Amino acid sequence: MIEIIVFAIFAVLALVSALVVITHPDPVKSTMSLVLTFFSVAVLYVLLHAPFIATLQVLVYTGAILVLFLFVLMLLNISRETHREDKATAQTWLTLLGAGFFFGLLALYFYRSTSGLEPVGDLGGIHELSVLLFSRYLITFEMIGVLLLAAVVGASYLTSRLEEKNS
Amino acid sequence: MSLPISWFFVLAIGLFFLGTIGALTRRNGITIFLSIELMLNSVNLILVAYSRLLGDLSGQVIVFFAFAVAAAEAAVGLAIFVTIYRHHRTIDLNRINFLRW
Repeated sequence: MIEIIVFAIFAVLALVSALVVITHPDPVKSTMSLVLTFFSVAVLYVLLHAPFIATLQVLVYTGAILVLFLFVLMLLNISRETHREDKATAQTWLTLLGAGFFFGLLALYFYRSTSGLEPVGDLGGIHELSVLLFSRYLITFEMIGVLLLAAVVGASYLTSRLEEKNS
Repeated sequence: MSLPISWFFVLAIGLFFLGTIGALTRRNGITIFLSIELMLNSVNLILVAYSRLLGDLSGQVIVFFAFAVAAAEAAVGLAIFVTIYRHHRTIDLNRINFLRW
């Protein structure tokens, strides 16, 4: 029973703060609202018996990625420049209609196909996860390392001022 | 009465819906990026819910990889935005049209 109450609170919190993310005109406040969304989703991960993923969500997403967003926003000072209110055009309403229809059907499908099913057994914790990570998914794990290295090299090349120095 | 897993799927689809609306209707580059992060996170929620439902930890391993991909994507994307801002003094996507003919 207590799980249902916690789920209801944090599901509503996640949806409302996600709505604030996509409607607020100020990008800084959007980012802060997304922090709230990610914290709520981390609580939902705990409800799904995935405490390691919840920890990663708080540490990596809200601790690293969103702070990077905030850093760039503060650095460029674009919050004031793009503070103009976006007008709701015909495109907005058509997008709402089409996406609402599609995702309504998708939600119905997911609900129908999983309602009444019970979880199978206990999952195990971080030990089982890391054994899986270093046995079956070892190649993928190494390739993720290469991907992160490529991202670091690409990002630092893009933001360096090499071209201006050469010309 | 225990918590039904299917509610998590409906919630994740709702978050994905909001992310899609944000990415398609907003014109600010950073806000579009935030909407894409929202969509990534809702798919992670679906993966973790299926991992719980099927009793298989592979879903959580894939979420781990998705976190790394999201970090790489955010780093490169924000670097591109910094470069565009340096050249054009704006990241309003209505005014960044130098790739159109």
